[in-house]
Amino acid sequence: MRKLSPLVLAMLVLGFAFLYLPILAMIVYSFNASRLVTVWDAANSPTLKWYGELFANDQILEAARLSFEIAALTATGAVVLGTLAAFALVRYGAFGGRALFTGLTTAPMVLPEVITGLSLLLLFVALESMIGWPAGRGQLTTTIAHVTFTAAYVVVVVQSRLATMDRSLEEAAMDLGARPWKVFFVVTLPIIAPAIASGWLLAFILSWDDVVIASFVSGPGSTTLPMLIFSKVRLGVSPDINALATILVLIVSTVVVGLGLLLYRRERQRQREVRAAVAADSR
Amino acid sequence: MSATARGPRAAAPGAPLRGALATGARLGLARRLVIGLPYFWLLLFFLVPFLIVLKISLSTTALRLPPYEPLVTWAADGVMQVKLHWSNFGFVLGDELYRTALLNSIEIAGVSTLICLLIGYPMAYGIARAPSAWRNVLFLLVALPFFTSFLLRVYAWIGLLGRNGPVNDLLLALGLVDQPLQLLQTDFAVYVGMVYSYLPFMVLPLYAAIEKLDLTLLEAAADLGARPVKTFFTVTLPLTKEGIFAGCLLVFIPAVGEFVIPALLGGPDTLMIGRVVWDEFFSNRDWPIASAIAILMLVLLLGFVVLLQRLQSREGRA
Amino acid sequence: MTTDSGAASRDSRPASTEAGRDTYVRIDRVTKKFGAFTAVRQVSLDIRRGEIFCLLGGSGCGKTTLLRMLAGFEQPTEGRLYIDGVDVTDVPPYERPVNMMFQSYALFPHMSVFENVAFGLKQDRVPKAEIRDRVAEMLALVQLQDYGARKPHQLSGGQRQRVALARALAKRPKLLLLDEPLGALDKKLRERTQFELVGIQEKLGVTFVIVTHDQEEAMVLGTRIGVMHAGEILQVGTPTDIYEYPTSRYVADFIGSVNLYEGRIVEDEPDHVRIEVPDMATTVYVDHGIAAPPTAEVAVAIRPEKIHITPYKPLEAENVVRGTIQEIAYLGDNSRYVVRLDTGKVVRVTRPNVYRHDERLAWDDSVWMHWHPSSIVVVTR
Ligand SMILES: Nc1ncnc2c1ncn2[C@@H]1O[C@H](COP(=O)(O)OP(=O)(O)OP(=O)(O)O)[C@@H](O)[C@H]1O
Ligand SMILES: [Mg+2]
Repeated sequence: MRKLSPLVLAMLVLGFAFLYLPILAMIVYSFNASRLVTVWDAANSPTLKWYGELFANDQILEAARLSFEIAALTATGAVVLGTLAAFALVRYGAFGGRALFTGLTTAPMVLPEVITGLSLLLLFVALESMIGWPAGRGQLTTTIAHVTFTAAYVVVVVQSRLATMDRSLEEAAMDLGARPWKVFFVVTLPIIAPAIASGWLLAFILSWDDVVIASFVSGPGSTTLPMLIFSKVRLGVSPDINALATILVLIVSTVVVGLGLLLYRRERQRQREVRAAVAADSR
Repeated sequence: MSATARGPRAAAPGAPLRGALATGARLGLARRLVIGLPYFWLLLFFLVPFLIVLKISLSTTALRLPPYEPLVTWAADGVMQVKLHWSNFGFVLGDELYRTALLNSIEIAGVSTLICLLIGYPMAYGIARAPSAWRNVLFLLVALPFFTSFLLRVYAWIGLLGRNGPVNDLLLALGLVDQPLQLLQTDFAVYVGMVYSYLPFMVLPLYAAIEKLDLTLLEAAADLGARPVKTFFTVTLPLTKEGIFAGCLLVFIPAVGEFVIPALLGGPDTLMIGRVVWDEFFSNRDWPIASAIAILMLVLLLGFVVLLQRLQSREGRA
Repeated sequence: MTTDSGAASRDSRPASTEAGRDTYVRIDRVTKKFGAFTAVRQVSLDIRRGEIFCLLGGSGCGKTTLLRMLAGFEQPTEGRLYIDGVDVTDVPPYERPVNMMFQSYALFPHMSVFENVAFGLKQDRVPKAEIRDRVAEMLALVQLQDYGARKPHQLSGGQRQRVALARALAKRPKLLLLDEPLGALDKKLRERTQFELVGIQEKLGVTFVIVTHDQEEAMVLGTRIGVMHAGEILQVGTPTDIYEYPTSRYVADFIGSVNLYEGRIVEDEPDHVRIEVPDMATTVYVDHGIAAPPTAEVAVAIRPEKIHITPYKPLEAENVVRGTIQEIAYLGDNSRYVVRLDTGKVVRVTRPNVYRHDERLAWDDSVWMHWHPSSIVVVTR
């Protein structure tokens, strides 16, 4: 086994400490009884009182519900749009306006959120004054904006999977009598499903997390959770936000780590089976 | 040759290659739908908005178009009305405040990128060279923060850097300072937030590049008598350039336009261009100026990307 | 253009006697262009019902492209395709009575072996019970009865190959296309599978079109072989035809090993010709007529195993040349010699090692070579 040099090892430890200590601190402080967050109230801590307060706060719960709804809708829309775009890019070779299309699918990723938000708001305003739709801004406009910028990520994920997929699988299905639409749903879709699922998750998280674009395009009645957190946080630390952060971090890490573990196990299992099959052949 | 003139499916010379799936005329519709739907969406919600931003930033024609409510508001501003056309750009470029903001953004983003690289490279190197059982775990640990809320991770630093936060406690305990430092609302806090938030974006592409590196090359270099440090600078570093380019791109670009970090951690004099756009738009309600700044920012970033790509392709050829 | 039909009366070469009968697939002047590049050029070909037809040719010569046009994945730029008399040029792949076995096998990774084999039947809405029976029958045919529940990644290379075959045969196609079906197998498994493949074909009576770049495989499998080069079919014939009576320099050279020399006809009779071959500094005598104008540039080809090599002068007067041994390779069952002629050209000779103590030939030995007048092949293209 190669040894890591002490210097590299030290950087690794420090780097991870840098990445995780703040999150850890946030979690610890969420159990602190003191309103002054970072001043530990040893007498009354740990306590769950901020969690109680959090769940009694209708404003936060409502914002969370709205954010969840927008994120789920966004992810679904982005997956449909992104998969179609990836398909067009990988499968349809040269078509009119392909260069522009390629640019349009990647640009939203590198664009600063302020610009995306600003430009979409101006569009919605212009559209409303011209054709009366969308009437006012809120959940719908936020969802549209989120779909637009998250679809780009879905394209990247699905595109790379499609590009490496063996084309002859689809041809084989067609050769055996399946019509193109059937081929897509019975062969292509199941094979790229993991990529689509990752794309969905990615889009969900990006939407769930967005504060800048939402601030531009959502209306007064529809404050998303990040917008709410942002406005609270601007005034300084507040203990119930620590509690909220703890919950969110725990949920997300459980899901991500759980999925990672599941995929890792499946891959290991698969490799074992492949080895067994090859060994059986050489007997 | 009657065969060449047979129906629309017989390929005309120079016609685009048809994919194998595109058999039968029915597929024409599917194809049009698959391309058309996302195309239409992106044109409407991505390209058109830009044209509107551009139009508003130029504004003369917009002046004569009453439907734009905000333009009307803007038109009511007498001073502005005199300076038409490119005046917004001239104004932005000429004004001390905007210029400072722009340069500041580039500086903060650039320095943050460099710090990310300095911290990220050894980390990525360590992960790529770690025992294989550990590698996946470490990789996941780097990627995990990406999935947890960006906003909340920035928020975490407000507590840490506060007057009575743990960082000041530590400094006091170590006797390095006599009284708590003002850490929040300084450029320092912005740098911390930037590096903290964007470090994973640097580590991941670097890791991919280093992991790909053929170890026998290093062995060959050692075999030929190069010391480890020399091997690193003559073999490892040049061969992972692609990862370095990608990492820098991924950090620098969003960092330039960053809004949340300067807004939460920066002080009133931490001017960054993303924040200026926000303030012009929401506080001053000056849409044309905000639009003009947005356009300038876009041009700047585009220039940067092109420059980096040129650099990279030149490296590739060399 | 696969046969020289004109001036046939003068040609007493013992060429293929088979006439076109019971054509199942007709490829009619098919051309396929990719942009400016022509992958298949004016190919016309008749494939008979129930035969194993091998498409043989070097890499990139257009074999796969031709096969994919038959399957319907590529559209010919020019020409027509007929299967059983029906024009299928514009029929999409899912409606053709043809199945294909892919080089990569293309087994659906998310389906079990059973589901893979059943896939085609499901598309035809065959009743469930019948599907079960048919799949069982197919798996028995390829000796994988107990593997129905496995996923493709749980199979070895040879087993995957057999699942792919079973899947392609499940719909009982009249025509099966196989693109390098044994390409991914190692040599031993490959030889075993070749015979299995022929056995299955004979049992089912399906017409096979097999693409391969391995001439030995083509000889073992094919009832007829079509040799392709640069998008064109150069010659079609039985393995014997192709080996013993190549009609072009390319085919003579591509199949097996051959000594090929340029020459000029100096005596042209219906029952024999003499050809002056400067490279051998002799005039070779051929005991059959040639359908070529007397002044034509021709080439003579002779297989290494048809040349006798002796340390002493043979009794024959014609078709005898002399040289010096330059290289010897002892291969166990036979030995190969490279003999240098006085002209500087070399002749390759193969001699079976019939006796343990053959008279030994050594490097730099002076030797004589001779061959029967019927052993020479004269090619005009
Ligand atoms: N879709 C395509 N677009 C452009 N050129 C192609 C395409 N498919 C094949 N070709 C070209 O056509 C020629 C013939 O290809 P083909 O696959 O038929 O060769 P092959 O005889 O099967 O070779 P191999 O033995 O290597 O498989 C090649 O030069 C190839 O590059
Ligand atoms: Mg091929």
